[in-house]
This record gives sequence, structure tokens and C-alpha cells, in this order.
Amino acid sequence: MKKNNAVLLSAPYLAWMVAFTLIPLGVVAYYALTDPSSGAFSLGNLANLGMYLPVLWQSIVYSLVSACICLILGYPVAYFIAHCGPFAQKFLYMLVMLPMCMSFLLRTLAWVGLLQDTGIINSLLGKIGIGPLTLIRTPGAVVLGMVYNYLPYMILPLYATIVKIDRRLIEAAEDLGCNGVQVFLRVVLPLSVPGILSGMTMVFVPSVSTFYISQKLGGTDTVLIGDVIERQFKQGNNPNLGAALSLVLMLLVLVCTSILNRFGGDQEEGGVVV
Amino acid sequence: MSKELIRLRNIRMAFDDEVVLNDLNLYINDKEFLTLLGPSGCGKTTTLRIIGGFTTPVSGDVLFNGVRINDVPPYRRQINTVFQKYALFPHMNVFENVAFGLRLKKIPDPADPTGKRMVKLSEAEISSRVMEMLETVSLKGFESRKPDALSGGQQQRVAIARALVNRPKVLLLDEPLAALDLRLRKDMQNELKRIQQATGITFIYVTHDQEEALSMSDTVVVMDKGRIQQIGRPEDIYNEPKNAFVADFIGESNILDGVMLSDYHVRFFGRVFDCVDKGFAPNESVDVVIRPEDIDIVPQAQGHLVGTVTSITFKGLNYDIIVEFKGFKWLIQTTDYHPVGAVIGIRLNPEDIHIMHKSEYSGMFGDYSSYSAEYDELTEDAGDEEE
Amino acid sequence: MKQANRVITVLIFVFLYIPMAVLVVASFNTGKDITEFEGFTFQQYARLFQDGDLLELLRNSLIVSVLASAAATVFGTVAAVGIHNLNPRLRKTAMTLTNIPMTNPDIVTGVSLSLLFVFVGARLLGQRNSLTFWTLLIAHITFNLPYVILNVMPKLKQMDASLTDAAMDLGCTPVQAFFRVTLYEIMPGIVSGAIMAFTMSLDDFVISYFVSGLDFVTLPVEIYSYTKKPLQPKIYAMFTLLFLLILALMIAMNLIQIYGDKKKTQSRSAGV
Repeated sequence: MKKNNAVLLSAPYLAWMVAFTLIPLGVVAYYALTDPSSGAFSLGNLANLGMYLPVLWQSIVYSLVSACICLILGYPVAYFIAHCGPFAQKFLYMLVMLPMCMSFLLRTLAWVGLLQDTGIINSLLGKIGIGPLTLIRTPGAVVLGMVYNYLPYMILPLYATIVKIDRRLIEAAEDLGCNGVQVFLRVVLPLSVPGILSGMTMVFVPSVSTFYISQKLGGTDTVLIGDVIERQFKQGNNPNLGAALSLVLMLLVLVCTSILNRFGGDQEEGGVVV
Repeated sequence: MSKELIRLRNIRMAFDDEVVLNDLNLYINDKEFLTLLGPSGCGKTTTLRIIGGFTTPVSGDVLFNGVRINDVPPYRRQINTVFQKYALFPHMNVFENVAFGLRLKKIPDPADPTGKRMVKLSEAEISSRVMEMLETVSLKGFESRKPDALSGGQQQRVAIARALVNRPKVLLLDEPLAALDLRLRKDMQNELKRIQQATGITFIYVTHDQEEALSMSDTVVVMDKGRIQQIGRPEDIYNEPKNAFVADFIGESNILDGVMLSDYHVRFFGRVFDCVDKGFAPNESVDVVIRPEDIDIVPQAQGHLVGTVTSITFKGLNYDIIVEFKGFKWLIQTTDYHPVGAVIGIRLNPEDIHIMHKSEYSGMFGDYSSYSAEYDELTEDAGDEEE
Repeated sequence: MKQANRVITVLIFVFLYIPMAVLVVASFNTGKDITEFEGFTFQQYARLFQDGDLLELLRNSLIVSVLASAAATVFGTVAAVGIHNLNPRLRKTAMTLTNIPMTNPDIVTGVSLSLLFVFVGARLLGQRNSLTFWTLLIAHITFNLPYVILNVMPKLKQMDASLTDAAMDLGCTPVQAFFRVTLYEIMPGIVSGAIMAFTMSLDDFVISYFVSGLDFVTLPVEIYSYTKKPLQPKIYAMFTLLFLLILALMIAMNLIQIYGDKKKTQSRSAGV
């Protein structure tokens, strides 16, 4: 009887999710496999994908670099927050969350203002006689945009993992003769692996699929896979090719996240959803 | 004498192909204090949950006052439960926890002559019943405390009050004292027995603590592996265990192989002893149980058997000594000190020798050859939690 | 070590907040260019409220996010209770399904939903505008649901299962037991799920961009189109006001939480 209730309660939800996540993916596959003009079955879209391999590769490289930079920058911050007093922890956690709640479009536009050839940074540099430097429309600017936008997604899961590490383990390690660096390398770091993995995933996935950041901060040679897809739908009007590219992007993310998860084995509650 | 209230008939229960209860038959009398006793995973909690209505058996009948209640949900049974970890509602204070059942209760409207219209209990009535019950469990003055601001013993008493205030026909108690320390547990045992006698409510009590079961119950049901091993009064269970499992689980026992030569005569260790049992087939192989406290130590010359002391442990009331007889080690409890290596004789009176039929448990228990290991295991067991 | 961490933390916060500071400063700028501060003025704030067009977009965003997060919260909580009681195999399937929108890139979710709506709308129903307010709402509910489920499920798992048994033992029907006991126990999960869903919904650009039509546009989608049109400086004023609002909300939530924790520890120490 209880089991029937469970099915009854969850069935509408499951139906909804099938209708609006699984079936749409099926529709994507359908579009990917049909010819844009005739609507007949065709492998033409998939055959065209080869052209976009460099773009795909570039997207992967940019987002992996961004994820690694986020890790290097985010870890000390997360570690610091996790070792603050309870009040400071709450306050700093809030400060990390806050940018995530503000429009990421406007915040990226602010970077345009900062990095432009006539922008704030260059005019400051000009006052001390340097520059103007070419900051915007470079690969560096795109990576900067990614790091800036998705750094909180790294810090929060890292913090959640580090704060849960039992202090007694650190004391035990010290008791057994580890110095500060050894404690970190042998105890703290291995125990933060779940947080590192979910942070990497949470930075990598939106970075690899972004189109806004590369459009605003990148140039003609920093086109990402997200840009290409967006153009197919909103400008190029070849949704079939866009669908094929979306499938590729989805598979790419699936493969990357499962490789990441393979690293950490089972992780039930490694990441927080934010 | 008292009439039957609950009957479980051919109950079978399985979770994912794992059989938990196998053809269980049991009846429970009105106003009885019945204990389901057994090790972890024996099916005692499942039995309790079936009576409470939280699980439905795969097959078999649950009868209440002769009516089949298999499909009656828990909220329509005149049965209340004291849960293992109390299950007090954390968002309500003590008063609201105890009043919870009363607020849901509906009684025939006294103002309605047909007696069909149902109304809720009045706030005054609820309040007076709750306060009365809190007084019974000595928790007056704690009404506005939240459960997490109470000690374990106090939470325990709130759980009992919350169940009893509904005046159920039957109270189910699932290891209610497991989380309390020893002193408090003893006090609560007396308290529960007192409440049971004062209210006349049928108690069905689940525990893995044999001492608790023996000291509180009218009837003890010993269970293992989803089957009832023995049902009886505590004295009978202790004195006349039905098989090696019961003998070992209830108290300490030396269990040896023997042959029943004829009524009142049993042979073991190459000697014929007089005993008080009869009704076995001639020359039937049997298990012989001898309780450690029944054995008399005598000078060598007067002993039925002669053995050597291999270890001695001081237990407060007595010494536990392990004595080796022809390669077989017995546990004997004695108030006298016998040093390791001493050679002693023992005498066995006929009423100290209990004869049991052979069972699937024969040969598994009652050998103290590795005494210290078994002792450890026993103390560990006591702290174990059920299922 | 600790000192180094502190310095890095401060620098990172500077890094995170400088672009926002730029936007805040721009809201008081008399000039249109974000890069040059020409003079101080409240003009942009006045214009924001006089013109009203941005406010209307904000209102649209709020309508969608409030409706979507409310629907997802109720729907998701009910579903979570159901999923929690499913047998392990079905539960695993349900959780896999739940994780699809979480792991899929937003752009894929957006594209797939937009293709579905166009496919169903244009090909099957013969509509000319298949992307409407309703498709936007459906999309938002869909990506909000997992946030609610993933926040409520752990609370259900943590909850002592015998609490519901106890409620039914004392006379509650399963529905009464849910409202009188379970709901209180999982409330923190429901609240955080709802808040997350709401903020995700309010700030969503990528998915909305693909599934919204011309008749109902949300604020982020409109801001995106400013990359083609000139940016109106009053948007900085709006940003500043929203920043203050969210900051105030967060501080308030923190204070409530700290107050609650304090009360809890007090009552606990009084107990034993």
C-alpha cells in the first residue's frame, strides 16, 4: 500500500521530467539527424562536425585552464573561510554567494569596461606611463571572464568539504608526526578530493558551454562551441547543425564529468548544489 | 483465566526474498506482559511492527479480539507504540508531544442523543489528561521543554506518556530501555512493571536483554532466525529450556552430549546419572544442560566427576571458574576460591540435570573451551542495537 | 601559511567585487560611458523609475521566477516524498532523471526545450509563435525542480523514519502525518530549495534566451540584447538597487539563522 502511494506521488514528477528533459533530448537527436531543407533523414549534420573540432578543442582547453585556475585561487579561500569563527564563516560564505545572485551579464559587461583599450585599467596604466595594452579580445580575457564568473562555484563546494573534515584527524596526524605541510598533503588534501571534483565540474560545465563570455571578452579567434551553437539557432538559422553540435557538447560534458567522478569513486554528497 | 486479545496465525514475512519470519504462531492474552526476546535480526522487531500495523505480512493473519486486522492501518488500531529511539516530535514541546494523539481523537458528541456525531476532545479535557499522565511519569513542570532539552530518561518517559495517554488496549515497546545507562534501566524496569500493573494494559515488549525479559514479563517468547524457539513463563524458560539455543541465550549453560537410557536415567561422560526428565525414546541422543550455578563443588573423593581448574575470574557475587573434565571445559559459579591447577570434584543432583531433544542448535553452544572469547562476545552483545 | 591565505582571500574578494563596484559607480555617473566618471548624479535612479520599462522587465522576471519556484517547490516536495519511498532501483532511476538538467550545460537544456516547443507547437499544433510565456514557465519549472528535490531528499533521509510511524501510531492518517510531522522536519530543505530555485530562475539567462518568445521577455534576456542596442545607464541604477536588496536579504537570513542557533544551544544547555 505504501509502495503504491510512493509511485502515485512520484509519477507526475517522473512524467514531467521525461517530457521536458528526456524527450527534448530525443528531439535534439531528431533534428541532428535530419536535413535542414528537406527534413529527410540525413547524416550531413554529423559529417559537418569535423569542421568544428578545433573550436571544440579550444573550448575544452579554455575551460580546463579556467577550472584549474579556479582551483588554485579557490582552495586557499575555501580553506581560510572554513577555519574562521562561525560568525565570520557565515559572513564570508554570504560574500561568496552574493555575486552569484547578481546578473552575470552586467558583471561581464563591467569587465569589458575594465579591459577595453580605452578602459579603466588602461587609463590607470596610462597615468603611470604604461600601455595602452591589448587586454580585451584575447584568450586571456576569456579565461579571466570564466574564472571570474565561476570561481564561487569552486569555492562553495570546496568550503563545504573542508569544513566537514574532522579536526581530530588533523590532530591525529600531528600526533603521529606530520608537520604542517605533511598534514595538508596527506590528510586535508585527500579528504577534500570530493569538493575539488565537484568544484571542477561546476566550473567546467558552464565554462565549456558559455557563449556570452567569449562574445563580450573574446575576439574572432576565441570562438567557443557555445558561440557556434548560439549562432546556428539565433543567427545562422541552421538548427539542425546546432542540434548536432549540442549533442556533441552534451556527450563531451558527460564524458568529462564521468572521468572526473571516476577519479573520486563514489561521492554521495561531495558537492553542494548552489 | 484471562482472555486472548491478539493472535498471529501462520505469519510469514520477507524483505526482498530474505525470510524474516517463518510461519509464526503466537497469541497474547489481555492484560499480559509479554516479551519477545532474541538476538539482533531474529525477527522480534518485525513481529512488533506487524502488530502495530507498520508492516503487512506476506501471508498469515493478525487477529485482534478475533477480528482480522491485517489491512487496518496503524492509526485505526487501539494499539500504541513506544519507539526504540523514542521518536519524539522535535518541533513540539513535551505537552504537545503528549497531547498529539488526543488532538486527533474523536469521540461521540455527548450532546447528540443519537451518539453518531463525532467531536474532538475539549481543550480542558486534553489538558487535564496530559497533565495527569505527566504526573504519572513524574515529568510535571517539564511541559514546555523541547525534547532535545531533556535527558535520555526523561525523553523515555515522555514517549511512554505520549503512548499511554491514549489509553490503548495494547502498548508495544521496542527496546525502550536500550539507550539508557544501567542504573536508569533498572529503575525504568520497575517503573514500567508498575505502570503495566496499575493500568492493566497489555504490554508487548521487545528486548535482547535476557535479564530484562525474565524480571519483567509474565510470558517470554524466545525467537531466533525468524522462528519462535520457546514460549513460557520466565521460570520455565530458564529451568526447562527447549533447545541449546534457548539454554545458551537465557543465562549461562554447560551443554553436553548424552544418551537417555530410559526415563530418569541419562548417560554422559561415561557415567549414568539420575535425572527428573522422562518421555524420551530409549537410547535417544540428547543435549544435557547443566547450569553453572547448580554445580556443587566437593572434595575429589566424593565427586561424580573430577576436574582441574584452568581459570578463575572474580565476578563480585561469585567466582566464574573453568574446570576441565576429560578435555571438555565447564563453567562453574562458586563462592569459594579455587586456584588455577586445583583438582576438584563435583556433584550433580538429579534436579540440576536438564535434558533437551537434539536440535539444529546442538553442538553450537555450551562449550567453554574458549571461555574468554565467548565472554567478550557476551558483553559486546549487551551493548548491541537491534536490527 | 594562514597569513598567506588571508592575503589571497582578501585579493580574491577584491577581484570578485571590483566589477560590481564599477557598475555601482557607473550608476552615479552623469556620462554614459562606464569607463569615464564625468560627474556625480542621481539622474539614473530618477530615470529608472520615470521610464518604467526596466521595471516592467524586472516584473516579468519576478513573475516567472516566483511562479516557477513556487510550483517547483510544491511539486518537487511531493515528488521527493514519493521518490524517497520508492524501491531502490526506481529511486535510482528517478535521481538519474533529476540529475540530467543539473549536469547538462544550460545551453543544451535551452536548445533542447526550444526545439521541443517549436517541434510540438509548429509541426504538431500549427502555431506561428510557439515560444510564449507558458513555454518559458515550463522551462523554468523544469530546471527548478532538481534544486528542490536535491535539497529535500537529504532531509527526508536524515529524518528519523519512526517519526512518521509514531504519528500514525497516535492516530494520524498518512496525509495528516505529512502535514503535522514530516513537513516540519524537512522544512529547512524545502526553504533552501525554494530560495535556490528562485534565485536560479530570476538570474537565468541562457535557458530563457532560447525558450522565450517576443511577447514575454525577462530582464536578463533584454540585457543581452543591449549588446546590440546602446546600453542605457539606468540599468546600473537598477543593478545597484538589486545589489543592496539582495545584500539586505542575505544579512537578514544570516541574522535569523544565528539567532535560531543561539536559541537552540541555550535550550540544550538548559536541558541536561
